[in-house]
Amino acid sequence: MDSTQRGMPLSESLGVLRETREDDDVVMTVMGTAREWMQLGDLHPLDWIYVPSSMGQAPALALGMALAQPDKQIIVCNGDGCMLMNLGALVTITAQDPSNFTLIIFDNGIYEITGAQPTPATAGGDSLVDYPALAAAAGFRQIFAFDQLDHWQQSARDVIEAPGPTFVHLAIEPVPGAAGPRSPSHAPTRAEQFAEALQR
Amino acid sequence: MFTAPQVVALLEELAFTHVVTIPDSTLGQWEDSLKQCESIEYVGVCREGEAWAVAAGLQLGGATPLVMIQCTGLFESGDSLRNALFDYQRPLFGLVGYRSFLDQSTLPGDTCLKFTEPILDAWGMDWALYDQADDTEGQLKAIAAQCLKCREADVPGIALVAEGRA
Repeated sequence: MDSTQRGMPLSESLGVLRETREDDDVVMTVMGTAREWMQLGDLHPLDWIYVPSSMGQAPALALGMALAQPDKQIIVCNGDGCMLMNLGALVTITAQDPSNFTLIIFDNGIYEITGAQPTPATAGGDSLVDYPALAAAAGFRQIFAFDQLDHWQQSARDVIEAPGPTFVHLAIEPVPGAAGPRSPSHAPTRAEQFAEALQR
Repeated sequence: MFTAPQVVALLEELAFTHVVTIPDSTLGQWEDSLKQCESIEYVGVCREGEAWAVAAGLQLGGATPLVMIQCTGLFESGDSLRNALFDYQRPLFGLVGYRSFLDQSTLPGDTCLKFTEPILDAWGMDWALYDQADDTEGQLKAIAAQCLKCREADVPGIALVAEGRA
């Protein structure tokens, strides 16, 4: 990717996370990030593909995991549309102050899987929302923002290891014509298998 | 209907590790005691939909959470409840305050009375109403029995607790 280009390809930005995550890290993906994560290769026992989802609830679900398993790093990959659906979660998270929690917003400005409609934040053109500022105002301990892949690549491990709660904003290019993700297997069975791995 | 010490004793007896909640006028009276309880972590959320998701994450991580919300929050949180309890079949237990059931003086004609029970029926969950204010000990025992029955069957459940005021 041209390092001067604004916005990263979704797949490559997730690829950085795949290369960076350690064996004990939980990575939760949802919507477009789940689709691309599954296309990038085999799943790890601590990958939580949050499909089917309740849109907006991925950070809350991840918070529960972080509180139950404080020795594991919980990384949640959320979309900007999903985040807008539940901004209060930012405060729910910081009120608990989990040091093992990293929330990454993959911001493409659209509802990608429903046909690329703009979110209310981008309906008028430029984005109305400064997500890192929102996170800072909510009390996140660490705030990062990246719009170039090489910078994200160079910093990713340090970002994940910083004592959280940590908020990361990634500017992402939309994926034209992208389909919605499908559950990779029977969801309740996956939940049981994931719980076993998470509690190990 | 219940005092804070009664509720804390019940939740300790049932070995809940976390209470995920937003207070209302009744549930809020238990908050200080719950926060002081050493065996229970109090997790406040900003909206009830979060409560089911946080509780599901806690349970996946090996904890035993209770969701404690008002019936209005049950209405709000339907999609999150659907996802956690049905898509992923997480056997979560909830204590839901039934607004205005015992006293409609502050909200005459409260439509919570019209919708709460049909909505619980629609979800097809194990739920029971606890409205015998003159027999709180008996009601607490019944809630414990319902919770244990749900755990044994590995299914979700709701204890619907009658409240007086909004």
